[in-house]
Amino acid sequence: MTSIRLYVNGDRYDIDVEPRRTLADALREDCGLTGTHLGCEHGVCGACTVLLDGQPIRACLMFAVQAEGASIRTVEGLAPDDTTLHPVQQAFWDNHGLQCGFCTPGFLTLIAGYLEEHPDAGEEELREVLASNLCRCTGYQNILKATLCAQKAMCGDAFDDESTE
Amino acid sequence: MIGARAKRIEDPVLLRGAGRFAADTSHPGELHMRVVRSPVAHGRIVSVDLSAALKLDGVVAAWCYEDIATLPAIGFRLTPRPELLPYRQPVLARRVVRYVGEPVAVVFATSPYVAEDAAELVDLEIEPLTAHIDADLDPVTWVDAEQATWAAGSGAELPEQDSEATCFVEEYGDVDAAFAQADELVAAGTHRVFEMDARIGRHTGVPMECRGLVARFDEAEQLLVVDGAAKVPFWNREAIAEFTGLPPHQVLVRETHVGGGFGPRGELYPEDVLVTLAAVRLRRPVKWIEDRQEHLVATNHSRGQHHRLRALVRVADGWIEALDADFILDQGAYVRTHGATVASLTASMLPGPYVIPHFRATAHVRLTHKTPAGTYRSPGRYEGTFARERLVDKIARELGIDPAQVRRTNFIPVTEMPYERPIQAMGTHLVHDSGDYHLLLDKVAERFDFDGIRADVEKRRAAGELVGFGFGFFVEKSGIGPFEGARVSVDVSGKVTITCGASSVGQGVDTVLAQVVADRLRIPHDSIRVVRGRTDQFEYGRGAFATRLAVMAGSAAKLAVDALAEKAIRVAAHRFQLSTEELDIRNGTVVVTGDPERSLTLGEIARLLEPVGAGEMKEDPGLSADGWFRSDHMTYPYGLHAAVVAIDKGTGQLTIERFIVGYDVGRALNPTLVEGQIAGGVAQGLGGAVYEEFRYGDDGTPLCTTFMDYLIPTMHEVPTIETLVTEDAPSPINPLGVKGAGEGGTSAVAAAIASAVDDALRIPDSIVAVPIRPDLLRRLAKTISVK
Repeated sequence: MTSIRLYVNGDRYDIDVEPRRTLADALREDCGLTGTHLGCEHGVCGACTVLLDGQPIRACLMFAVQAEGASIRTVEGLAPDDTTLHPVQQAFWDNHGLQCGFCTPGFLTLIAGYLEEHPDAGEEELREVLASNLCRCTGYQNILKATLCAQKAMCGDAFDDESTE
Repeated sequence: MIGARAKRIEDPVLLRGAGRFAADTSHPGELHMRVVRSPVAHGRIVSVDLSAALKLDGVVAAWCYEDIATLPAIGFRLTPRPELLPYRQPVLARRVVRYVGEPVAVVFATSPYVAEDAAELVDLEIEPLTAHIDADLDPVTWVDAEQATWAAGSGAELPEQDSEATCFVEEYGDVDAAFAQADELVAAGTHRVFEMDARIGRHTGVPMECRGLVARFDEAEQLLVVDGAAKVPFWNREAIAEFTGLPPHQVLVRETHVGGGFGPRGELYPEDVLVTLAAVRLRRPVKWIEDRQEHLVATNHSRGQHHRLRALVRVADGWIEALDADFILDQGAYVRTHGATVASLTASMLPGPYVIPHFRATAHVRLTHKTPAGTYRSPGRYEGTFARERLVDKIARELGIDPAQVRRTNFIPVTEMPYERPIQAMGTHLVHDSGDYHLLLDKVAERFDFDGIRADVEKRRAAGELVGFGFGFFVEKSGIGPFEGARVSVDVSGKVTITCGASSVGQGVDTVLAQVVADRLRIPHDSIRVVRGRTDQFEYGRGAFATRLAVMAGSAAKLAVDALAEKAIRVAAHRFQLSTEELDIRNGTVVVTGDPERSLTLGEIARLLEPVGAGEMKEDPGLSADGWFRSDHMTYPYGLHAAVVAIDKGTGQLTIERFIVGYDVGRALNPTLVEGQIAGGVAQGLGGAVYEEFRYGDDGTPLCTTFMDYLIPTMHEVPTIETLVTEDAPSPINPLGVKGAGEGGTSAVAAAIASAVDDALRIPDSIVAVPIRPDLLRRLAKTISVK
């Protein structure tokens, strides 16, 4: 066992892990943050995407010990409080961007992380980014719609709520 | 509220990552199960040595077949044809392994990592036997008499069985008589015989959440609590009770959040039996979470059909006088819970929207040394629609008639609705309850300007591009009974709860049921709580399959809330000494119509209905009411899929430029959710049409066991789905007029894409199989450039 310290969503976690423990398992089992989901455990589906020092990474492809001292943001850390959703979460809700909700945390962290770094990303660029993750329910079009809405909201534009009328 | 684009009440929890999926349930002291799977497709088990695994620190138990030898094979939930019984799957491999991935042994350890280590220490000695992987080949001996007798479990001694598990016929009219005249008619020039040989590849649902189950025997309550079930928790409770030897009232099965269903997920698999049995035997919580590699070899595959169609067709207009179909379904190594469902649906739904006076489908269900197959979204219709619509396209092309016109000629006319086809579907009489196929074709062609699309395609073709346009028409089915129930209750604060036997696989059933109830009580739908998928909260539930819940649970909720509204009005009438006609419900309050100042909230009425007060009013205590909806027939939604595609001449890469869906669902309870179902369904259909296929080596080794080689469409591959949802043919057989929307996005995707690719290439009979692979397209495209 190795003692490590993770900073997740602003909280400090001192945990003991085997060196082979994945970051995803450490987050889920040792930190109790089960919002990060495992869909393939070989880095393709992206359900386990979290932000590591602001960068989207696959938590299934990284050992927990490699994240020692890093600042991690998971889906649980997106919303500012219990009554307000993060603009990406809100946009997913408004645009029916999820069905079963299993892949959703990975998309939310991916999009939130990317938009925070690239607020001016064009639609083609965003499509490219969204193609990193798999969703089996939605056919993706509402995920794209939600992403574009979230981008507007995060830029401070009037929120485009057309789709929910 | 019914028909509104209401936002989903499921979403806030899921968006915050607060959902509870199968892997999210944990108990102190739990054990983790790991399955040891066969590495060979066919072989005789010589020995299974568990000793090294058992010596590993943290391993608590390990089992092979001998440890569970008293268990029967897993039973059928649907379409239980008796001749299929000898092909049922044992919980752990019994003497012989029959596919790569078959559970042979199982270990239980204190952590999932240790369980995986231990599984690797289990020493399997298996003598390889020849693998039979081509269902087209003549049947071979499949199980010996001893295995057949054991698996059937009927007590009767059975002889050895071959690999054709069943062959059955669905028919009406007189196909033989029709074809007996064929020579004469063909010679006279009035008719022609057309043939189509079509193949649909093996692929399946692949939900993003793998399977999983957590079971714990609660000593205090003397109750086996099972979390992580899906789709059919009530049926699975009965099965688990039987396997574990507990009476059903000591088994509680709960579905948690479910990360997609699509058919495969939620059926009773060997692993479900092992987890629950271990919890009872070991008296410790047991958790099993499937990994993706396991999922792709262990969870039901689907499709995998080969159709040979022969049609007698009138030359003048393309009228199909008779259709004789013969198809082979590659069942894989065992027949699982679905029995003959897929073959049966393929056969009975094959005629689709067309009259076809004489019809016969001969179904062959054949075993191969591959992962067992079951249902997947639009089972039988995806396959049959592909084969049939390819045939219709061929008829149109060879007779020189507009493909839309050939379809119109053969459509069941609206004046004939409801139209009874003398054939069975899922054990019900097949009655097209309503439908105007001409109208839908007209509307879609107009909305999306099919003439304009065709003109554009021809223009681009003239400029040298390989582009094409095509479509397929289909009939779906939904809302299978026989029943579903719901209870609506109001607490003393006035808050409403719907409790029912429905299940959610992520499709939004809570929202839709809440809308139905909110509509009557005039309250916000997001104030309603929905309790479902828990066997301790409701008496019965048939499950989330066959696109049945909007119809069945929706109707039950409607009947329940209507009864609740009546009760509330009766109580208020008693209170105000008025007749019930003088009262109405507005905003969750019963008001005196002529004097709206006088009113009782639902919460106040609930308080009046405490047991003493209720007795005085001769009412049952509590403001609650049950509704039960029974149906002997399915509803039949219908639609059209169209595609515009382009093929790169150099690489053969296929681009789906446009994908159009027209779908009549009778009544859309929530159009946003209907469109969402369609878009998601198309993406899955597209996977099977172009990208997804479980391929096998000659020795039965699966070649697609990761997401690197089993290719699920990403955002790159899925175009924006253009949708027209119509409500021209409400179902006359349920109080909402609704037909299910869950599968119509998938049904005709392969048919439409193949039609468009065919149009792009214009090489007769070149596109008769899906997935349409780039190597084929490249080869075909090259022959064009040579010309």
